[in-house]
Amino acid sequence: MISCDEATAISDKKQYGEASFTERIKLNFHLMLCKHCRAYSMQNNYISKILAKYLHDSCKTDHLADIEKQELEEKLKVHIKDLSENS
Amino acid sequence: MAEEKNQNVLQPGQWVNLYADILFNYAITRVNNHHIAKDLVQETFLSGLKGKDNFRGEASEKTWLISILKRKIIDHYRKINSAKGKKEVRMPFYQDGKKKGSWLEENVPQTWGNEAEKKIENEELKTVLDLCIEALPNKHKMVFLLKTQQNFASEEICNELDITSSNLWVIIHRARLQLRECIENNWFKK
Repeated sequence: MISCDEATAISDKKQYGEASFTERIKLNFHLMLCKHCRAYSMQNNYISKILAKYLHDSCKTDHLADIEKQELEEKLKVHIKDLSENS
Repeated sequence: MAEEKNQNVLQPGQWVNLYADILFNYAITRVNNHHIAKDLVQETFLSGLKGKDNFRGEASEKTWLISILKRKIIDHYRKINSAKGKKEVRMPFYQDGKKKGSWLEENVPQTWGNEAEKKIENEELKTVLDLCIEALPNKHKMVFLLKTQQNFASEEICNELDITSSNLWVIIHRARLQLRECIENNWFKK
């Protein structure tokens, strides 16, 4: 019989559809006997649901501001100049 | 500078203009932090400049710069992974002895009740969720978000961060253990 640590690890993998058949059997067997891990599994499903609902991808709207690009441009220019003077 | 009209020649003077957005976009989806992404882009340009003699012209300028950025992202990951005094997730299980791998009494999942379903429509819940994700140690947060928010394939994450698959799942496991406990403490115990 697997431990609660192992069972919850499989439950986590399962949230991404990546638990193997054997792992799922082991998990289900463990869940029949362990109410704490049953609670964990149910809560895990719930957490996945709220993650899907609320974990919006803020990255897609995050951009470099023009001023940041200017700064970048200037820093790069200094280095380009150093380089050409040294060579 | 009178460059030859050759396909694969580096033109650092044009880099910011041509590639800053592409590189930033690549970096931000992986590190999830504006300032870190910006720094990585800058480091990429500077490294590219320093190593411009190594450019063989086989790949396009863009591909070449992205390959440098990829290296920077691995370096960043290694740095947050090995940072001194780094935060680790405290495991809610006995770590040795007869009960090894069983829940510690004080960490046993509590009943959330049927309210869980009802409470899914709640802005406050979103705040708790954000706080709990923010509270994850950096390494765990990065890997967890790559998997859960950016929906990267496991294999891709392993490649990009140069970690093993079992490594990946240990990190996700720890992240979700801490996340669950944090949500319980800050939402269901109120």
